[in-house]
Amino acid sequence: MKLKIKPHTRKSFLTYALVIAAFTATQIYISSGSASNMFQGLLVPFCVYSIAAASLNLTVGILGELSLGQAGFMCIGAYSSAIFSVVTKDTITNVWIRFPIALLIGGIFAAIFGVLIGIPVLRLRGDYLAIVTLAFGEIIKNVFAALYVGYDSKGLHFSMTSQGDLGLEPDGTMLIKGALGISGTPKDSTFVIGFVLLLLTLIILYNFIYSRTGRAVMSIRDNRIAAESVGLNITKYKLITFGLTAFLAGISGALFSHNLSILQASKFDYNLSILILVFVVLGGIGSIRGSVIAAIVLTYLPEALRKTGSSLTNYRMLIYSVILIVMMIFTSNAKIRGFFSAQFMKLKRLVIKDKTPAVKEAE
Amino acid sequence: MAFLDNLINGISLGSIYAVIALGYTLVYGIAKMLNFAHGDVIMVGGYVIFTAMTSWNLNPYLSVLVAMIACTVLGITIEKIAYKPLRQATSLAVLITAIGVSYFLQNIALIIFGEKPVTFTSVVDLPKISLFDGKIIIKSETTAAVIISVLIVVGLSLFVNKTKSGRAMQAVSEDKDAARLMGVNVNRTISLTFAIGSALAAIAGALLCSAYPVLSNTTGAMPGIKAFVAAVFGGIGSIPGSMIGGILIGVIEIMGRAYISPQLADAIVFAVLIIVLIVKPTGILGKKVSEKV
Repeated sequence: MKLKIKPHTRKSFLTYALVIAAFTATQIYISSGSASNMFQGLLVPFCVYSIAAASLNLTVGILGELSLGQAGFMCIGAYSSAIFSVVTKDTITNVWIRFPIALLIGGIFAAIFGVLIGIPVLRLRGDYLAIVTLAFGEIIKNVFAALYVGYDSKGLHFSMTSQGDLGLEPDGTMLIKGALGISGTPKDSTFVIGFVLLLLTLIILYNFIYSRTGRAVMSIRDNRIAAESVGLNITKYKLITFGLTAFLAGISGALFSHNLSILQASKFDYNLSILILVFVVLGGIGSIRGSVIAAIVLTYLPEALRKTGSSLTNYRMLIYSVILIVMMIFTSNAKIRGFFSAQFMKLKRLVIKDKTPAVKEAE
Repeated sequence: MAFLDNLINGISLGSIYAVIALGYTLVYGIAKMLNFAHGDVIMVGGYVIFTAMTSWNLNPYLSVLVAMIACTVLGITIEKIAYKPLRQATSLAVLITAIGVSYFLQNIALIIFGEKPVTFTSVVDLPKISLFDGKIIIKSETTAAVIISVLIVVGLSLFVNKTKSGRAMQAVSEDKDAARLMGVNVNRTISLTFAIGSALAAIAGALLCSAYPVLSNTTGAMPGIKAFVAAVFGGIGSIPGSMIGGILIGVIEIMGRAYISPQLADAIVFAVLIIVLIVKPTGILGKKVSEKV
């Protein structure tokens, strides 16, 4: 009997296989001892940005709405998980128990905010949603940058004005010092955990997209009015998607904060949201695998170029902006896209007709 | 007295937001897109004025004129290269392109003028107004911002309602295809809208940099986004709405900075946006547009 595999199953398993292969190759590379410090330092950021980009692609590619608040959700995940870890550092000494709880806390807090912000604003579409998510990201960043949190025998103390306002006992510890950020987070993030999280993210995303819910979300993207008229609850599906994006972004933020001993809220600014959007756009809107690849390549390249002392690093953001514009014009303008697909068909026909080995290799 | 001082500062900042918001409102009304790069055109205008005044030793008013011409050309070029190919595309694609343009302008400015902010010399040359025996002094920049923004709102309203080109803009905003059938040149009208919006951005740049004399490559970004909030608050597509929204946002921001928390002033402005969109998504003067299937 011939085994029948659905095309999307093949697609998702190919992605899992690619990620696992990349992980194995990296582990072999590291154990060979020739990996540079720079490369090893990038391993966790690879996972952080991949998860953030893949989850943003759920909102941008599958739901078809632009969210510019990804950094805000990452910020919530980073801060909430870091507070938990610092507080329980001495009581839960086992990293394998403490860190997963911290990650979950990061994800859940981000998801709560995602749904809270989603309820009122998801009625809006397009430009308004983009600007509101941007506003939300800025609010989160500003609030966390003005936040002071301390911890003593009476529990957590919060203040929005100053350190002295906390009323902390003399033996209490400061967790968040306003604009100076969080310090003393245990360095729990490792490449192995990052890899496992990335794989889990991909499994969640692929299963979501090809589920009944995922198909409903895509139908809303393609024709909202038609989807509504066949009885789909638009708000519910949008909230689910938005919440899941926020949850995964929160987890990536938690992974991020446990990789650095000091973390300021200003790191989670508008530029980070845009950077993640660039990963999504370059990897292909709607392609989860593309987002992961783009996130890794675009995180690695600038660092590698910086090492060679190339002047290209100064132009990095400029190049990103050109990528955004050119990608959009090439993929969204019917005439230009038609021209390229015609050229591609011609090439394909040429390759199929002419079966010389040279061409086959080029293929 | 401190309250009155803050109120005056708020109105001053609000008038500048109003001028920026007009650019958003015009473009949003006609091209149905959020021109993310509008704030960065302000920054470009600021740098042109700065260069004209310091390097070419031009008279301040002439420098503003040069900046208006430069920004108009820039606005039309952006529209032709980046936005025109996407007339039929999804709003997602247009929005991402606009963000790309915004980033492009910021980073070009970064490469040309460097990271270090420059100190801007005020272009306004008016006498200060002293009230209550000098207890309150209205700066010349404030007077200029209020007078210019009122003049622009009145002039623009007259232009849109009384001239042929202005009515063509209204027609395109209402229904692009019908306007084309009635003999309106849609592409030219859209270009005209971008030209007016960008010229206004140059004026806004002059006012903004005169009132807050620090100019860097990100100078325009935050005021741009806040001015969009103002445009939404006042009712997007409405010219008097921009003025009302601008003044309100300016006053809210300054009051928030003075009486709540300096760090949270931006957050308060954005919270206003979220509240407005929940309570009255069309803004104060906006009209409801029903969606066609």
